[in-house]
Amino acid sequence: MGNILLTIDGKEVEVEEGVTVLEAAKKSGIYIPTLCYQSSLSPFGACRLCIVEIENMRGFPSSCTTPAADGMVVHTNTPKIQELRQGTLELILSEHPYFCTICERLERCESFSPDIQKTSVVAGCHTCPKKGKCELQKVVEYVSLNKFSLTYYPRELPRMVDSPFIDRDYNLCILCGRCVRVCHESIGVSAIAFTYRGPKALVGTAFGRSLQDSGCQFCGACVDACPSGSLVERAARYEGVCDKSILTTCPYCGVGCQLNLEVKNGKVIASVPSEDGVNHGLACVKGRFAIRGPIYHPSRLKSPLIKKDGKLETATWEETENLIAGKLPSYKGDNFALICSSTCTNEEYYVAQKFTRVVMNSNNIDHKSYRQSHSPSVLSLKQSFGSPGMTNSLNEIGDAACILLIGSNVSSDNPIIRAEIKRAVDKRAKFIIVNPQSIDLCRFAYSWLQILPGSDIAFFMGMMRVIVDENLADWPFIEERCDNFDAFKEALNTITPDFVEKTTGISWQQIIETARTYAKQKPAVILYGTGITQHINGIDNVLTLCNLAMLTGNLGKPSSGIFPLEGENNAHGAGDTGATADFYPGYQPVNTETSKSEFEKAWDCTLNSKPGLTFSEIFNAGDQQQIKALYLIGNPIFNQPLPDNLRQRLEKLEILIVQDCFPSEISQLADVILPTSTFAEKDGTFTSAERKVQRVRKVIEAIGNSRPDWQIICQLAEKMGAKGFNFDQPSQIMEEITTIIPDYNGITYKKLEGGGLQLPCTDKDHGGTQILYGDKFANGKAIFSATKYKPPTELPDENYPLTLITGCSLYHLYTKVLTSKVRGLEALSTEETVEINPYDATNLGITDGDAVKVISRRGELTVCAKVTEVVASGIVSMNIHLAESLINPVIDPASGIPEFKICTVKIEKT
Amino acid sequence: MLKLSFEEIQNKAQTEWKDFCAKTRILVGAATCGRSAGALNVLNTINEELTKHTIDAVVTQVGCIGLCYIEPIISIAKPNEPYIFYASLTPELAQQIIEDYLLKGNPRPDLALGTVGNKGVKDIPQLFDLAMLKPQVRIVLRNCGFIDPININHYIVNGGYSGLIKALDMKPEDVIEEVRKSGLRGRGGAGFPTGVKWGFCRKAPGKEKYLVCNADEGDPGAFMDRSVLEGDPHAVLEGILIGAHAIGATKGYIYCRAEYPLALERLYIALGQMREYGILGDNILGTDFSFDIEIKEGAGAFVCGEETALIASIEGRRGIPRSRPPFPANSGIWDKPTNINNVETWADVSVILQRGADWFAGYGTENSKGTKTFSLAGKVKHTGLIEVPLGTTLHQVIYDIGGGIAGDKRLKAVQTGGPSGGFIPPELLETPVDYESLTRLGSIMGSGGMVVADEDNCIVDMARFFLTFTQSESCGKCAPCRVGTRQMLDILERICRGEGEEGDIEKLQHLAETVRDSSLCALGGTAPNPVLTSIRYFLNEYEAHIKEKSCPAIACKELVSYYIKPDNCAGCMICLRNCPVDAIKGDKQMIHVIDQEKCIKCGTCLDFCPSRFSAVAKVSGVLPDLPEKPIPIKKQDHI
Repeated sequence: MGNILLTIDGKEVEVEEGVTVLEAAKKSGIYIPTLCYQSSLSPFGACRLCIVEIENMRGFPSSCTTPAADGMVVHTNTPKIQELRQGTLELILSEHPYFCTICERLERCESFSPDIQKTSVVAGCHTCPKKGKCELQKVVEYVSLNKFSLTYYPRELPRMVDSPFIDRDYNLCILCGRCVRVCHESIGVSAIAFTYRGPKALVGTAFGRSLQDSGCQFCGACVDACPSGSLVERAARYEGVCDKSILTTCPYCGVGCQLNLEVKNGKVIASVPSEDGVNHGLACVKGRFAIRGPIYHPSRLKSPLIKKDGKLETATWEETENLIAGKLPSYKGDNFALICSSTCTNEEYYVAQKFTRVVMNSNNIDHKSYRQSHSPSVLSLKQSFGSPGMTNSLNEIGDAACILLIGSNVSSDNPIIRAEIKRAVDKRAKFIIVNPQSIDLCRFAYSWLQILPGSDIAFFMGMMRVIVDENLADWPFIEERCDNFDAFKEALNTITPDFVEKTTGISWQQIIETARTYAKQKPAVILYGTGITQHINGIDNVLTLCNLAMLTGNLGKPSSGIFPLEGENNAHGAGDTGATADFYPGYQPVNTETSKSEFEKAWDCTLNSKPGLTFSEIFNAGDQQQIKALYLIGNPIFNQPLPDNLRQRLEKLEILIVQDCFPSEISQLADVILPTSTFAEKDGTFTSAERKVQRVRKVIEAIGNSRPDWQIICQLAEKMGAKGFNFDQPSQIMEEITTIIPDYNGITYKKLEGGGLQLPCTDKDHGGTQILYGDKFANGKAIFSATKYKPPTELPDENYPLTLITGCSLYHLYTKVLTSKVRGLEALSTEETVEINPYDATNLGITDGDAVKVISRRGELTVCAKVTEVVASGIVSMNIHLAESLINPVIDPASGIPEFKICTVKIEKT
Repeated sequence: MLKLSFEEIQNKAQTEWKDFCAKTRILVGAATCGRSAGALNVLNTINEELTKHTIDAVVTQVGCIGLCYIEPIISIAKPNEPYIFYASLTPELAQQIIEDYLLKGNPRPDLALGTVGNKGVKDIPQLFDLAMLKPQVRIVLRNCGFIDPININHYIVNGGYSGLIKALDMKPEDVIEEVRKSGLRGRGGAGFPTGVKWGFCRKAPGKEKYLVCNADEGDPGAFMDRSVLEGDPHAVLEGILIGAHAIGATKGYIYCRAEYPLALERLYIALGQMREYGILGDNILGTDFSFDIEIKEGAGAFVCGEETALIASIEGRRGIPRSRPPFPANSGIWDKPTNINNVETWADVSVILQRGADWFAGYGTENSKGTKTFSLAGKVKHTGLIEVPLGTTLHQVIYDIGGGIAGDKRLKAVQTGGPSGGFIPPELLETPVDYESLTRLGSIMGSGGMVVADEDNCIVDMARFFLTFTQSESCGKCAPCRVGTRQMLDILERICRGEGEEGDIEKLQHLAETVRDSSLCALGGTAPNPVLTSIRYFLNEYEAHIKEKSCPAIACKELVSYYIKPDNCAGCMICLRNCPVDAIKGDKQMIHVIDQEKCIKCGTCLDFCPSRFSAVAKVSGVLPDLPEKPIPIKKQDHI
């Protein structure tokens, strides 16, 4: 599209074709008042304030809906327009408590407002939650409306406080429709809509139900969109305007949303999604409403604790450090282990692994979510393409022509990606879901393939068989850029339609159609989650997907590639910085002499050559008493009562150090507890799933006597006489990291001010890498793998006839450490259920809501049954954080990942 | 499916028609209007009578011929005899006519309305010579009342689908040119030249294109489209097919309100018959032209008559308008080029192709060609559905066709264009009915509503009535329309209650201008018309309400009072006994007095006062001097 030239208020403006008159005016610095306009939404034209006069055009078109055209002459501020705007605004205000906007004492009311705002009904400025941020006030000022002669129509509706987080006061609603549109267009949830018509028209839920009953996912986009105070965050309702707002990175999932934390009087009052990040002004319930809760939770650990006579007692940092520094040296070597959690920054992972390796001379360091969801991706992507991590970037998903989503319930696991998928679907992309369970996004899907759990390899091999047989493969790409195709082809030849149908439960015809769709609609992306990795054959699963992308040439181009979706924050950073048992920083294998000597040189020390124990091994090793000293950073155990065997193992430890924000079942067993600061109280960086290093910024002072993890570790190391831990600032740690990890070479905190850098970023002028493998693969060529289907370790039998699959709740994140500290989230997910198909339920005599016992070979749980068709017959489903005691602990030896996704159970009615 | 050529279809239809005409035929006007007047009871009686007397006759339900004021109407034709129309029937009268005419051969000229056919019948006038029908030209309504609407053959015999055949032989551009040449303008109300509109859509890039027939007739009192759909659905469907060929559309929708069950039923039947004949679907009549039509039932929102709201509704979204551009011709249903015309326009198209653009353009005026249907309602003697050439004057419509004002009262105003139109005063009655003339007067053509008001109608009250409708039918999207109409209604209600204030008229005008100029769609843009025109032509009535607190038409309830004329009261106590609220005081031989505080203005006293006394008066404004309590009647005053 070319550029066009138009004249606005006598000013010549050059804009791109396709923009609206309003956008053109904005671009040239001309203000046109608006209320219903929001740049991220499609034009609506409802408030009629942005009307303009355009020469040779009839009437008064709304500038937000009128496309700018070449040679157009626009007047935005004629007396007639101002008169009409005044008239319209007066009409809008006649449905809104308007007195504040035209009050003659407007300037003087500031000092009174905090007290009077606490009344229950909004009657004017003093009680308005939007005070100071009200867009109506701004418009009134511009239009210079200073009298009001119409009848005021108060709606006299009760304020709706029946849902967590969001208060709705439709007495203030001006029907701009921004909330409705953002919910429908951007999020695709459509929980709210316009109701009724004429003077009764308003915004509401279906049948006037509460938000949670209408499918709302509490992302808060409506609250951010509301210009009038009709929708507000309950917790921030009376907080007023913030003093400052600081940009930081969300600590929840791997998407890496950018959030502005609003601070008033040194306290975080709200979290508002930033327009600039990957999230483009959106957030999910956790990023939007679950930020404050954990920071200010009353249970926060505020002081170090030392166990004396079986009781944890408050101690000073000095005492605690002395105690640890005195005890730890005797556990140097393989008797020591350290486990990190996802609350840590890259800098903290780095010093933690350095501490373990250099000070404690052990490779027994691991990271829960790296190990238990991400490690197969790292190994497989490295094997196939030469480096781990997402091949492309999240914001490319919206421009793909085909999306293949496997083993992830995006709406719960990474809600922001839902918006990207919605964007693609709106542009008519073919959206294919492969999942044994019906997920929320199925409503947008072009097709949903309900495969049998664990049959992914058979399914994708079937697809690839079709692609090869029907000559839909990208032969030049395979020829030029890939290796090992023949071995792969051989493996493919063993795949028969019959085998695929029997293994996956999907008809061959459907496989053919899916294969054709994926192969023909280019560019195509593959999105996968833990449904792929958390299997005994997780590595092969990922390798198979890599094959699929290679086969169709969907690599190295925009909106193509492979997207491992990470459930927990900064699992990627943990891998990069070497907080894992098998790799030094930069994925240098621990078990090779070259990398060992390289790091010995870099750190000026002697390293242990024995590969470390992985997460599960560390706990299991407790049995053999190999691990005598365990250092836990964060809480890696599901937030449940500890299973007896684990408790016994932990009790056998000679020293257990817990470094966490909150007390837990585990910390009760600790010998020493070190209180750490949350993400809002420290500086550092997180690396998101799209390989993007982004800043975490210190927003408030540390709560109580807590300290950031990096500081605790460094001080401890120094106390133990170690060198190389003399850091005053995380930025200094990053400086060291950049010299150690080649992909981080070009990263500085200063450069990160510009909004994050995607790895690899190899030198100081490097702007980061959005798409990997554009020219060449890290190893030169991409490598096909001959993968083979392997059945799950447990298959249903007479005694355990049902297959249990696990998922994730939107309102919790894995261990629930943070989310359990937010009352609203708890309220939204009070009842834990096992989902069971009506057919199975009938056979077992179970009705919806019954309490049932779910029994596996390892344990049993009593939960409420939810009879639903989202699962097929023979399958039951639970949330992972609940089901841990049931799942199969068998581990893939290569990646160390347990088979979380599948085990067999029986269900009995209690 | 029958694979017949059109010629074969025509022959088949011809044979069937001949068989039909060879029998005695009884046509019962059983459209919605006839049914509500009792046509189905009449129909049952006729069937019973025929069985009883074993008379061999075909009874067919037909559409409305427009004479709503004398429904139910039937017509009977013996083989080779003309149709004789009988009106205002009851089952008893129908029974009588069957016996007299079909058994005894007496056509009962005393009951007959008129005849249609070449031959006449003694003592019965020709139907189309009747005053109400004579000035009319029936193009859209050509078949209504004369053919069986659920029989496609009847339509085909009467020239049906020959327009489509002709169009399929022409290049699409030539079809558009033909329509353009006919001068046809959109009958939905806006009056945009149809051929030009089609041209836009034809030229719009895109393979998939949609056509819509707007049958969401929502104006209170308008029933033109309903009558056409109920009486001659194929006329509309043929037009749609012609349009589809001309524009290159692949799919058509008929957006019809669900409150028209009979019209919908007949449309569904018609579509089935078209499919059977291969006139709809793939490769229509063996050509490479393929087109299908789907019916979308609307849920009865007035605003869904607006193009963009209608599109939203078809797509399954809330029916609210959006701003244009982009115009539907470029981006309509599912963002594809879409052409929307109203029922009457489509019915005109089929006849234009059947009989030629020049023939059509022979009717009407310079800029407004052809005919237009109107639903003539209100205080005229002959209410009903009419069709006149454009350019006919309002005077002709009201006095010639409408037969003048009922009860020989004085005409106060005529309101055209439904709730979006305006009032026209008697002094402008010579205005020709065409798009430009009506717009000049501040009203609009609209889709064809025409309401006549007499001296008993209060103009402020009527403006209030129309605004009540538009404000409750506003979709609520844009503030000027949603709130503006509400504020205006508020003021009008106050004025009607006698609570009008100085400055209200200016305020009304100001609000009306804001609503008209700032609203998003035409609903808001035209909603102030009744108010603006009533202020323009009937300012004195507003002033009387506001300043004198009186309603000149004595219609606004709050401004009306009843009193008993002391000179006429006979002290009979009839009114006193019937007053529901005991507001009348009095006794035998005492002059009764109404307690104005208690009176609820129900008018019962006026109704009950024997006409030989006529002692109760209804007034607006100040009451004359009256006794405060009952006093004895002076003897000599009374007979």
